[in-house]
Amino acid sequence: MVRLFSMIGSRLVIAVPYLWLLVFFLVPFFIVFKISLSQTTIAMPPYLPVFGLEEGISGFIRNLRDLSFENYLWLFQDALYVNAYLSSLVIAAVSTLLTLLVGYPIAYGMARAPATLRPLLLMLIILPFWTSFLIRVYAWIGILKPEGLLNQFLFALGVIDEPLIILNTTSAVYIGIVYSYLPFMVLPLYAALEKMDYSLIEAAQDLGCPPLAAFWKITFPLSAPGVIAGCMLVFIPAVGEFVIPDLLGGSRTLMIGKTLWDEFFFNRDWPVSSAVAVVLLLILVVPIAYFQRAQARAREQES
Amino acid sequence: MASLGSTRRTFAPWADPAAKPYIRFENVTKRFGDFTAVDDLSLTIYEREFFALLGASGCGKTTLLRMLGGFEQPTSGRIFLDGQDMKGIPPYRRPVNMMFQSYALFPHMTVEANIAFGLKQDGMPKPQIAERVGQMLKLVKLEQFAKRKPQQLSGGQRQRVALARSLAKRPKVLLLDEPLAALDKKLREETQFELVDLQYELGLTFIVVTHDQEEAMTMADRIAIMDKGKVLQVATPAEVYEAPSCRFVADFVGSINTFEGSVTKTGSAARIRDRSGTEFRVADAGEAAAGDTVWLAVRPEKLSISRERPADAANALDGEIWDIAYLGDMTVYNVKLDDGRIVKASTINSIRRLEDALTWHDRAWVSFSADAGVVLTR
Repeated sequence: MVRLFSMIGSRLVIAVPYLWLLVFFLVPFFIVFKISLSQTTIAMPPYLPVFGLEEGISGFIRNLRDLSFENYLWLFQDALYVNAYLSSLVIAAVSTLLTLLVGYPIAYGMARAPATLRPLLLMLIILPFWTSFLIRVYAWIGILKPEGLLNQFLFALGVIDEPLIILNTTSAVYIGIVYSYLPFMVLPLYAALEKMDYSLIEAAQDLGCPPLAAFWKITFPLSAPGVIAGCMLVFIPAVGEFVIPDLLGGSRTLMIGKTLWDEFFFNRDWPVSSAVAVVLLLILVVPIAYFQRAQARAREQES
Repeated sequence: MASLGSTRRTFAPWADPAAKPYIRFENVTKRFGDFTAVDDLSLTIYEREFFALLGASGCGKTTLLRMLGGFEQPTSGRIFLDGQDMKGIPPYRRPVNMMFQSYALFPHMTVEANIAFGLKQDGMPKPQIAERVGQMLKLVKLEQFAKRKPQQLSGGQRQRVALARSLAKRPKVLLLDEPLAALDKKLREETQFELVDLQYELGLTFIVVTHDQEEAMTMADRIAIMDKGKVLQVATPAEVYEAPSCRFVADFVGSINTFEGSVTKTGSAARIRDRSGTEFRVADAGEAAAGDTVWLAVRPEKLSISRERPADAANALDGEIWDIAYLGDMTVYNVKLDDGRIVKASTINSIRRLEDALTWHDRAWVSFSADAGVVLTR
């Protein structure tokens, strides 16, 4: 009897996360997917067909016939969407690389810092999370705008004669993404670098390897799991990023998150915006699957 | 291997005033903040020597090794290798290689790639690298493991890979930091002899750091015993054991009985009287003057144990058998003297069953000859 209860108990525990995924991820996804197959209309809700219980089975089948993949074809016919996808991927890739370039030295410095100092440094990396993401992005407007802090500072130093135009350019988007996602890059890198045995570097040097070569041959390959994890944690959300391009990038920056927003709120075309969202998800499945495999491989190697 | 024994016996460049030292530490001091790891230390090591740095953890032996490897810079003093001052020369330009205590094998490379690492770094042509790696794998008997990753090997195999990797570049000097510490006892004993044979065959200078006195005695031509950053004695294993320079060395290497007393008669038939009034007869009190406080140190195996006082014994003490440690090949008796001191005496168990064996709480005499002990002044 007790065993039966404990069996039911353990099943329940396992069921909770699956239920969570089902209710809050899969069901909404299917709703979005269904809308993406519908046609737009001026009504409430603004798409057709709407499945209802009162129409019976024949109505259900009729409604099914009305669903089509037209919206997806539309996405590939209009260069706007393709360009937005490509531009998002490029911006995300470049900002991931920039974040890696900025984050790696930080993580390396943290991992080599005295052990007593490390918790403090870790704290400093996490500290920005205590302020709202939105407020931090808004703060960048104040820094980057033509009469903002950065330009004032450079004026005072006499470095520039006329203000640098950074706000409302792609550069501002890069700055915003690198700033916002830096902790997601630093933390996995730090985790990978911190557990590395320093005597490996000494061994490499002992065998005739100068420090820089030792870094590329030993430190960097061994931190690869951290590099992959950090890059994925930055790249995946950056592709669909909406707030940063909207606030810092102005109208000239084309990103799919913003296109989706416009489609949804300005054009009120729910079916097309749903199709945009589904395609974005499909595009991101590739790096997510790769990330999961890399993680599984890393775990395997550790055990 | 018969020739090996005889050659080794005559290998004693340290006794030859004309011999040129290969490695010289000159007044080397290393401080980490307030802590002095190596304190004004001078030491010479000769070519083809198997040299051991022996001491408890924290005595500075590893720091000394790391300074020779170039991983630490001396705070003051100089280190010479083959006549060249090593000051400012980084580890990757020193003709020495080190075998790390943790082995420090590169986990993302195969055994082969680990061994080839230093050779590639030197820009050796590929066919030669392959040949050298093959030789090294054969040397450490790991041919069939070439393609494995370090984590797929046992502890003993990893140790061999580390050894092969550090030997691959044919360094002038090989530094070994606790090379056998991670191995179990049986494997450690086998490997000790293998290391000695290897060192002899390759004609290299080995410097090994160890805290295990048996390991040092088995392998080394000479041993430096270190304590608190200083070298207390540099000598052959037999000298260290039979003629320790001070009480620390006597106590650190093997076990020993020490009797504190003052010299009552100097010279070749000296006398030392301890505080309970026992007068020891000693063949040679060395440089100790009359009235000096000295310690008479006698190894347990130099003591005989018997029920009756031996008639011809120079020195004899009686007491009660307090403890017996039966070790198989020998038995160690702890005899408690009447004033409470414990004296250790060991006997070889050359007879399988001894009639009338001594047992707990028996009265017994421990005795030793006048030349059994050594007189220590510090």
